[in-house]
Amino acid sequence: MTQPSQNMVEARSVRKWFGSNEVLKSISLEVPRGQVLCLLGPSGSGKSTFLRCINHLETIDGGRISVDGELIGYTQRGDKLHEMKPKEIARQRRGIGMVFQRFNLFPHLTALDNIVEAPQGVSGVPKAQARERAVALLERVGLADRVDAYPAQLSGGQQQRVAIARALAMEPKLMLFDEPTSALDPELVGDVLDVMRDLATSGMTMIVVTHEIGFSREVADRMVFMDGGVVVESGKPADVLDNPQHERTQLFLESVL
Amino acid sequence: MTDRVDFDDSDDVVAVPLRHPGRWIAAVAILLVLAALIHSLWTNTNIIHSSITEFLFDPRIIKGVGLTIFITVISMVIATILAIVLAVMRMSANPVLRAVSFGYIWFFRGTPLLVQIVFWGYLGLLYSQIAAGIPFTNIQFFAIDTNTLIPALVGGVIALSLNEAAYAAEIVRAGLLSIDHGQREAAYSLGMGPGYTLRRIVLPQAMKVIIPPMGNETISMLKNTSLLAVVAVAELYTAATQISAQNLRQVELLIVASAWYLFMTTVLSIPQYYLERRFGRGTARELPLTPFQQLKAAIARGRGRSNSRREVAQLQKGSLS
Repeated sequence: MTQPSQNMVEARSVRKWFGSNEVLKSISLEVPRGQVLCLLGPSGSGKSTFLRCINHLETIDGGRISVDGELIGYTQRGDKLHEMKPKEIARQRRGIGMVFQRFNLFPHLTALDNIVEAPQGVSGVPKAQARERAVALLERVGLADRVDAYPAQLSGGQQQRVAIARALAMEPKLMLFDEPTSALDPELVGDVLDVMRDLATSGMTMIVVTHEIGFSREVADRMVFMDGGVVVESGKPADVLDNPQHERTQLFLESVL
Repeated sequence: MTDRVDFDDSDDVVAVPLRHPGRWIAAVAILLVLAALIHSLWTNTNIIHSSITEFLFDPRIIKGVGLTIFITVISMVIATILAIVLAVMRMSANPVLRAVSFGYIWFFRGTPLLVQIVFWGYLGLLYSQIAAGIPFTNIQFFAIDTNTLIPALVGGVIALSLNEAAYAAEIVRAGLLSIDHGQREAAYSLGMGPGYTLRRIVLPQAMKVIIPPMGNETISMLKNTSLLAVVAVAELYTAATQISAQNLRQVELLIVASAWYLFMTTVLSIPQYYLERRFGRGTARELPLTPFQQLKAAIARGRGRSNSRREVAQLQKGSLS
């Protein structure tokens, strides 16, 4: 294992095929600790797939991804890669929180139980402590009064905030957001973005796939524009948004702004 | 604008209900047919009605009822556990497990239940002894006479369980398939392993799809226990036929047995209803009322005490807390 790098995430020439379709064509990215990276791009550009590769929900066909200095999904022995056991992969995922476009809350559990399930069942946090922390997290996302509500009784924005609290309950070192506001009614987007902004300010390392240009301009330390499975352009949000160098980026920004 | 309806502050709708004369006509016609049928059975001199009441609570019948319930419950429990294992095997990434599960379901669904029961009943003819040892050698740890190890009752339970498991496996698989893949992904992303995800996230949600057809299967099982008559297990049907073999009142005893089967089926539907409610939590914004609560609401409505919607809302609130 290498010395602890100052990068939380390091991706080197990551390639991925779906059948004969190459969706990631040698993606290389670094995310330093405590920084927020926003991934922009048209649908089908591979940004969500790349995000899902980081916590091994998708396997990669080429390159390497490491989080916190540890290779994801594989162990390197000598010059050979070995697939990890499911148990090892689960352990790695515990350090990486993920928030989905469609929330994916567990519908048979209340808001509180959604949050408590993983810390209590997987990390072995004592019940009382897990519940206490879950209540604090719900308070942090502004839902202290919806502790006993089932997901079906919550609005989309409230569900997404519970989902963020659920991911945070595992005390991850990295948070992945896969278009967290795309399935929300416009007036509910603000609450979710507020929670994410608050999280970024607290020093969480985050990778956010989003179409919220205003939000990424304000919160992102770095912005990456992807198209057709490659990184087209990257840099400070102001540079990428106000002074795009590539024609593809210019076209995209014109259509979304 | 002169015929304004009196309108007070509460905006509850108090309207004269629409009449449905067709329903009354249909109900009267059906009741007439039913009455004629019952009358013809009741006045049929070939049926000795006193023997129905005489044997309804006969100790042999009651024992048969007990045994029928016992076989049904034990077989369903074994079958359900086996079915979950088979369904998970069928969906696993391991090709050997998938093939074994497929083969099992193919075989046990493809041969008649009656044949399977007879086979287990006559296992003693095929293998006179059952022994544990190392295969293809003469080393033997112990050996037991087959008919001692597997008496008719055990053989019957094995046959019913193994057969039912094949059907139930497909029901469980349908339930597992009905759960959105996003649920598994969310569980994995939280660091849950595949086994934990299945147990705590996927199966509890699949239950609401699994329970209604499994209720069907339980009722089938209850009646299929009568097939054990062929291997002389003294369950309800066997008990009834043994009595009628002596007194030749076949129809009367079949009516006795049917009455008991109907009664047991009715009783079995109650736990199913409450199981469905239990696993339906969180899927609807409000839980449906239990029959008991519906009755209470209906009585309240009949008295005209309050409007039904408010009553329903109150009851639902009570049932959730």
